Amino acid sequence: MSGKVFTEEKMNVVNTSVEKVDGKALIQGKPVFTDDFDIPNSLIVKILRSPHAHAIISSIDTTSAQKIEGVACIFTYKDVPRIVYTRAGQGYPEPSPYDTFVLDRKVRYVGDAVAIVAAETEQIAEAALKLIKVEYELLPAVLDYEHAMDDGAPIIHDESEISGAYDPRHNIAEHYEMKVGNVDEELKKCDFVVDQTYYTPNQSHAMMEPHGAISYFDPNGRLTVITSTQVPFHARRILKRIFGVNCRVIKPRIGGGFGGKQALFVEPYVVAVTLKTGRPARCIYTREETMTASNTRHAMRFRVRVGAMRDGTLRAIDLWGLSNTGAYGEHALTVFMVSGSKTLPLYNKVKAVRFGGDVVYSNTEPAGAFRGYGAPQGMFGLDTALDELAREMKIDPIEFKLKNSIREGETSPVFKIMGEGREGVDEIIESCKIEECAVEGAKLFGWYEKIKRPRIDLKNRVAHGYGVAFAMQGSSIPMVDMGGATIKMNDDGTFNLLIGATDLGTGSDTILAQIAAEVLHTTVDKMIVYSSDTDMTPFDKGAYASSTTYVSGNAVKKAAEKMKEEILKAAAEVLMKSPNYLYLEDNCVVSGDGKKITFSELQTKLFYTFNQRQLQVTESFVSEVAPPPYLVSFVEIEIDLDTGKIRVIDFLDYIDCGVTINPILARGQVEGAVAQGIGMALFEDHIMDKNGRMVTNDFFTYKIPARGDIGSIDVRFAKSYEPSGPFGAKSVSEIGLDTPGPAIANAIFDAVGVRMRRLPIKSEELFFEMKKRGVI
Amino acid sequence: MKVELTVNDKKFSVEIEPGEMLLETLRKLGYKSVKHACSTASCGACTVQLDGKAVLSCTTFTAAADGHEIKTVEAFSENGKLSPIQQAILEEGGSQCGFCIPGLVVTAENLLDENPDPTKEEILDNLKGNLCRCTGYESQTRAILKAAKERREK
Repeated sequence: MSGKVFTEEKMNVVNTSVEKVDGKALIQGKPVFTDDFDIPNSLIVKILRSPHAHAIISSIDTTSAQKIEGVACIFTYKDVPRIVYTRAGQGYPEPSPYDTFVLDRKVRYVGDAVAIVAAETEQIAEAALKLIKVEYELLPAVLDYEHAMDDGAPIIHDESEISGAYDPRHNIAEHYEMKVGNVDEELKKCDFVVDQTYYTPNQSHAMMEPHGAISYFDPNGRLTVITSTQVPFHARRILKRIFGVNCRVIKPRIGGGFGGKQALFVEPYVVAVTLKTGRPARCIYTREETMTASNTRHAMRFRVRVGAMRDGTLRAIDLWGLSNTGAYGEHALTVFMVSGSKTLPLYNKVKAVRFGGDVVYSNTEPAGAFRGYGAPQGMFGLDTALDELAREMKIDPIEFKLKNSIREGETSPVFKIMGEGREGVDEIIESCKIEECAVEGAKLFGWYEKIKRPRIDLKNRVAHGYGVAFAMQGSSIPMVDMGGATIKMNDDGTFNLLIGATDLGTGSDTILAQIAAEVLHTTVDKMIVYSSDTDMTPFDKGAYASSTTYVSGNAVKKAAEKMKEEILKAAAEVLMKSPNYLYLEDNCVVSGDGKKITFSELQTKLFYTFNQRQLQVTESFVSEVAPPPYLVSFVEIEIDLDTGKIRVIDFLDYIDCGVTINPILARGQVEGAVAQGIGMALFEDHIMDKNGRMVTNDFFTYKIPARGDIGSIDVRFAKSYEPSGPFGAKSVSEIGLDTPGPAIANAIFDAVGVRMRRLPIKSEELFFEMKKRGVI
Repeated sequence: MKVELTVNDKKFSVEIEPGEMLLETLRKLGYKSVKHACSTASCGACTVQLDGKAVLSCTTFTAAADGHEIKTVEAFSENGKLSPIQQAILEEGGSQCGFCIPGLVVTAENLLDENPDPTKEEILDNLKGNLCRCTGYESQTRAILKAAKERREK
């Protein structure tokens, strides 16, 4: 497979920037989000939250609150099923520990749910919250995750029901380690070694739409949940586990997720209310709840040791980490493993590699899935350490990283060793254009000219720096993730494409329609998409793990190919030709001798007059591999020498994501990920008070990049074709978040010779470091 | 109390609660394009035009809008025909999840009314109160520059 050349298939719909199928509705502000659905007679659900980081509810009295007119019901831990589960929306069985209850007698972070109130209006619900009398027995709390495993640290999960956690008695949610060869021995043989520790923060998703869900019984008594989720099918399964009821989960349009909606926060609250009262219930989180009581990125610390020979050969990599999963273990093991599994194979030529560490509980907001899923954390340490090594060796960092990175036809033992919370699968890389990304990207960026420039301009009190970072990701979780697609042919010449895949703003409905339209020789406007309704569409794992284009895309392609066969077969009967003499062209079946029947004519005949049947097919797809996309990022920054303020001037991403199904949408995925990565690198910092309350709970105090904060972003795509992908595509949505952190840190070093090893990099800290080192 | 509002040229006489914010009133009237995203005047997703000026409806008292004209995003696409700004956002990929888009469109329409030929810097500065977590802003800036050009040439 080595050296496979780019195959230029002739395509009509794929690789064109058609407009999003939901774009027009969204741009006109149509009522398409969870909060926009008015279900008559709905109760408003509000949550009483813990003001303490760690406490036992010694008494809870809802009597006065119940008495308010308009309060329908109040639940405490005594009133909801005591079923242990994980809020992580993952495949089954989940690799996350079961350590959560809808409500518990113990609260484990400031914001943990204490009681559920349902009332006729929001005002009444809020008044009731204030009248619930709770007495807490305060417990010492673990607020600093680096001390979670200390001797005598308070035990956060002492419930008897917990399962799947590694050592909860010592606050260890998960532990993992792997090795290939002996890193200590190999590092001893190295001419140069870097041994440093790096930190990444508990970034918030800060999607614009807060979490929210609505539940009701439909006229036939079917429990229905409309929810802003990335995982409707997992949500249905988990709700069944908790309440023992079957339900239908509908995902409407989603106002951003980025992994934050790959968990169940709101759904159990509304379902509990609807089951008890029989009435519709709606719960829409405030921004403060979304910020303080959902999920963040796992904050991590990595000690990184890397060693190389004088000739620039990288010899060993050792990543040893500590990850903070907060109060509950959503995605604890899998995010941590991805810090290794989606970074280490990039440098596959090393003689030894080791990865491991602990994921610990603390009394902070639970961490969960967040775009990049551990890779940004791991790559900040690894790429920065490699940059440090290259600088020490006086080798150009591009040259050093490129020389040691993976190529087509190669593999890495890490693929087999590290999977989704378990063993992975072997994989030979069939598409990897990292060399083009690095070489062409450097040219476009002007790297070799720029690095000749002086960096520090004392007269104008500014410094400029240039940084580069490399990354890989995956496409799906192989042998786990499944996607299904159904295609139904209509007599008006359209098709219904029914998919479980979950478009959360990414444009997946559109690109999946493009894939189907390409196969069926039709156009996207003829492909009517319905997605993510557990009663109407086939199963799909949901939107995560960079899997939708690849897994759901392959499922759609398979279904479309099957539909094509069915169409040819039916047309052959009508036209009295062998299917071998027929082909599809422009919404018609055409035969070699010029006979032709339109799709519309064909299905109309099949409905009413000839071999009557509905043409409909369903196909499923599970991948055996997870072809990584690759990325080389270049950044120019400017530092104000009087304040330490860091400004990103230009950011260039040169990416190999295979064929882009929709270039504009693909570019948007990369640009958006870069902006979030710049936020993580420079701005987004959560501050807790001494009692563990997150004080950065809105957009004033928690700074996400605004317009003008991020310089200009340029995105280029390498010419690449992944043979196993639908029309050559790989994933594109996550990888862009992996590089801004290291690229900016490397650029700061390039500018002023100061290594910043903790994100976000704060201006004041850089200022004092520059002062200490005599740069200014 | 009762207030008289004109929303997208339609007159309403509405009973409101004391302290009610325009965001709540508009959503109650069915204008769901006006979004609850922060409710603290920090994100711009609830932006509407009050007498032609972009304001944040989450922190504007409905009582203060008594007798005034309000425009929501629905006003800019008559019979499903998108405005040049909307069309450009769609073409440039400036709308991903779409949640911030109504507020952005309303603000950008206001900008181009006042400044038909803005520079990139003026766009970034004028719209900095409209947060977007999906796009990284690049595509939206491209779209507004393109729409401004089209509006001028019209």
